[in-house]
Amino acid sequence: MDKRKFRDIICTKLMLIVTIFVSILFFLIFFSLLNGSSLILGEYPITDLLFSSVWKPRGGEFGLFAVIIGTLIVTGFSLLIAVPISLLSAVYIVEYAPKRIRRMVRPFIDVLAGVPSVVYGLCAYIVLVPLVRDFIAPYFGVTASAGTCVFTASLTLSVMVFPIIISLSVESFSAVPYELKEASLSVGATKWETVRKVIFRASAPGILSAILLGFGRAFGETIAVNMVIGNQAVIPSSIFNQGQTLASLIASSYHELMSIPRLESALMFVALVLFIVVLIFNLLGVLILRRTKRRWSF
Amino acid sequence: MIASIFIVISSLVIIISIVIFNGATSLSIEMVTQTASGGFYLGKGGGILNAILGSLFLALPATGLAYLISIGIAMYLQRDFSHHGVSGFVRLSLDILWGIPSIVYGIFCLTIMIALGIGESLLFGIIALTLLEIPIITRSIDESIKMVPHGLKEGAYSLGSTKFETATKVVRKQAMPGILAGVLLGLGRGIGDAASILFTAGFSDRIPTSLFDSTAALPTTIYHIFQMPYPSVQQKAYAAAFVLLIIVLSISIISRTLSKKSTKYVIK
Repeated sequence: MDKRKFRDIICTKLMLIVTIFVSILFFLIFFSLLNGSSLILGEYPITDLLFSSVWKPRGGEFGLFAVIIGTLIVTGFSLLIAVPISLLSAVYIVEYAPKRIRRMVRPFIDVLAGVPSVVYGLCAYIVLVPLVRDFIAPYFGVTASAGTCVFTASLTLSVMVFPIIISLSVESFSAVPYELKEASLSVGATKWETVRKVIFRASAPGILSAILLGFGRAFGETIAVNMVIGNQAVIPSSIFNQGQTLASLIASSYHELMSIPRLESALMFVALVLFIVVLIFNLLGVLILRRTKRRWSF
Repeated sequence: MIASIFIVISSLVIIISIVIFNGATSLSIEMVTQTASGGFYLGKGGGILNAILGSLFLALPATGLAYLISIGIAMYLQRDFSHHGVSGFVRLSLDILWGIPSIVYGIFCLTIMIALGIGESLLFGIIALTLLEIPIITRSIDESIKMVPHGLKEGAYSLGSTKFETATKVVRKQAMPGILAGVLLGLGRGIGDAASILFTAGFSDRIPTSLFDSTAALPTTIYHIFQMPYPSVQQKAYAAAFVLLIIVLSISIISRTLSKKSTKYVIK
């Protein structure tokens, strides 16, 4: 066999191997996390782990309920802030902005997406924490807020989610065929009516999948949340109280990892929960996006 | 609408100006030329050289590895190599991997480390970052390879080149701008990520000398310094953040200029 063909076969096989590796990677992650958490799952029933709200690793209690609630509040609140702002920005970029501004804004959003999460955390700590402690919390009648709270974490996360939702929805807004807009404008609709009734509606699946992917990012964010949320594994009584999220819980248990029995296994269980939830939401997001691409192939 | 775009832009401006303002005042020559000494975390001397080098030792090999794997996958996803259903499945799993939080990759590597009985090490930090970067880089390369016109490949085949030769000599050159952008995007993500290396690379005050040494990196250093209760120590976090942000921003600028430059080899 000549050398060129031999090289061709070897390299093609190598490529096949790495491709197989990547496609089984998430099964690999799933089963190794499951295996890691089998120790804790064997000692405590899963309902106890998920629905008991006492997280005291030193006392041998691993209830995640408070942390799960904290995660949902933080993620939900951050999306509540981020979604309207990002969608309006995206509409502005696609429909309203002059070309010069559009070209200027794009790199800004790329850079915002590239800022490391630890830098977000640091900046949130120096700006948002005093702001929430001294102004926002007292304004809502809460005087005892430490500043490091669920609300601050949500604000931080919403800034981190902006670039994801904006860039994905810009993509789906620009994919709306020009004829649809023209038709709407020609029957006398104003520009805003066209945006609201034609563009938003035509790209609804795209928006939904952008939000789902943003959810995944906010749900799994670790370091930035860890720096500003206060890290107390209790159900926050108001949004100006300290809380904890799943991902951030893993990072804050770093120092105790070796000294407490079963903590390691419990953390792997937390990672497994994170993995499964993010998996479901991403899968939904990706599938919706794919469907849209097929449906709107004008 | 203008208000919301203003919020988005100003949040970036605020972040950059805080880091530059605070970082530039606490940055000194000794911060970037010395390693952390014993009293560094209590406010004494020493610098973050170990973290800067640690970050590079982690992110550069990881990006290299991830590039090799990614380019293999992306090339294999072409019609020439794989069946439509196969590439669809692989793309789906890449999309899912893209969204997995980095802490999960870190914990995944931790399970392997426990199984093998290896402690926190540079090696597993690199592996965690590689896993994190593979979906990012592959997606970007895949997008640009999809744009390569089929006629170009057919031209190469008709001259008698094998599939592999076509992939490396024709497709790779044609897709170069996208490949560069993807690799640099991955490098930027890898160098800035703390969650995946927190458990795998560990922490140390020295410059790592072997693959099995634990090592500090800029993001983990910032995280650790930040948790110190002394304000004078926390100032050092800004210096480290400043260095990190400069690295990330310059990667982004390099990526822009390089992909502009490499477009001239692309056949339109």
